[in-house]
Amino acid sequence: MKYRAKIEVSLKPGHTDPEGNTTQRLLKELGYSVDAVNVSKTYNIQIEATTAKDAKAKAEEMAKRLLANPTKDNYTITIEEQK
Amino acid sequence: MKPEEIRVCVMRVGGTNCDAETERAFRELGVQAETRHLNELVKRKNLMDYHVLVFPGGFSYGDYVRAGVIFARRLYAKLGKELRAFVEDNRPILGICNGFQVLVEEGLLPGFEPMSAYPEASLAANIPQGYNCRWVYLKHESKGNCIFTSRIPQGKVLRIPVAHSEGRFLFPKEQEQQLLERLYEEDLLVFRYCDEHGNYAEGRYPTNPNGSFHDIAGICNSQGTIFGLMPHPERALYWWQQPDWTRQTQMPQYADGKLVFDGLLDYLAKKH
Repeated sequence: MKYRAKIEVSLKPGHTDPEGNTTQRLLKELGYSVDAVNVSKTYNIQIEATTAKDAKAKAEEMAKRLLANPTKDNYTITIEEQK
Repeated sequence: MKPEEIRVCVMRVGGTNCDAETERAFRELGVQAETRHLNELVKRKNLMDYHVLVFPGGFSYGDYVRAGVIFARRLYAKLGKELRAFVEDNRPILGICNGFQVLVEEGLLPGFEPMSAYPEASLAANIPQGYNCRWVYLKHESKGNCIFTSRIPQGKVLRIPVAHSEGRFLFPKEQEQQLLERLYEEDLLVFRYCDEHGNYAEGRYPTNPNGSFHDIAGICNSQGTIFGLMPHPERALYWWQQPDWTRQTQMPQYADGKLVFDGLLDYLAKKH
């Protein structure tokens, strides 16, 4: 089966997000009332797996081994079956 | 071991851009230094032919995902066994700038768990945001554990430049103080950002150019043989590389960065 794993990596709470803060400042300068901006990165990964559970386990491993640094990053995984 | 017998491997991949000057710094000291692509070392399986391994500065693999992580993971996948043997033999490894990021992502630094499967620290995006290229002052903190800085007295202030976008050293928030204590207890803290008089930056920009936790600029492992730092000692090798050289009446032949390479040579001379 083909699946699409959407892995979103974002900063853990308490860590400063310099890109988010700079973006927030600019949005304010452009006239928007913005309380906070948090930047995250999304990886859309096409994978072969026997079940959705198996696909999620593979995506979890990818996040841990490469995409997120546990010191500062959180990640969420969404699995969709591909037709 | 005589300097001319020492073999240094400067490892490069796509996006590395400080390999030539790093190799030149070692050659200046009379050692055999050569730049090798990771793929060449994989093909020849000859990492153990070298006495020293150096990860130079640059933007390996475009700094994609996180700075240094793709280099680190490829290294682990392609050369993990040889690298483990190199580390277990206590052969020195130096990581400069992007090389420091590689060593942290590889789990070799701080190395609380030897060759940890996951990074124990992070070199995150600078605060203030963006690329920062400037001369900074560093205070030497090591009490003697780090073999690279053995010639530098504790408390001495050095002037060496930084050039990076992701150099903010971080520990996990919930363990920050506890891990900082371990750095001190195990003598792993090597350089902190300070002003020219040796007063710590205390996070203030531009003395601390990236917002690093505790003004950390460089650390080593518990054996003192693996050392990573964000500043570039190879860019502060000769007197004429310093920004104010035309205003000086007396200049020594070399600049402060050379001390890092000298310490390494002293260690190798004694070891064999």
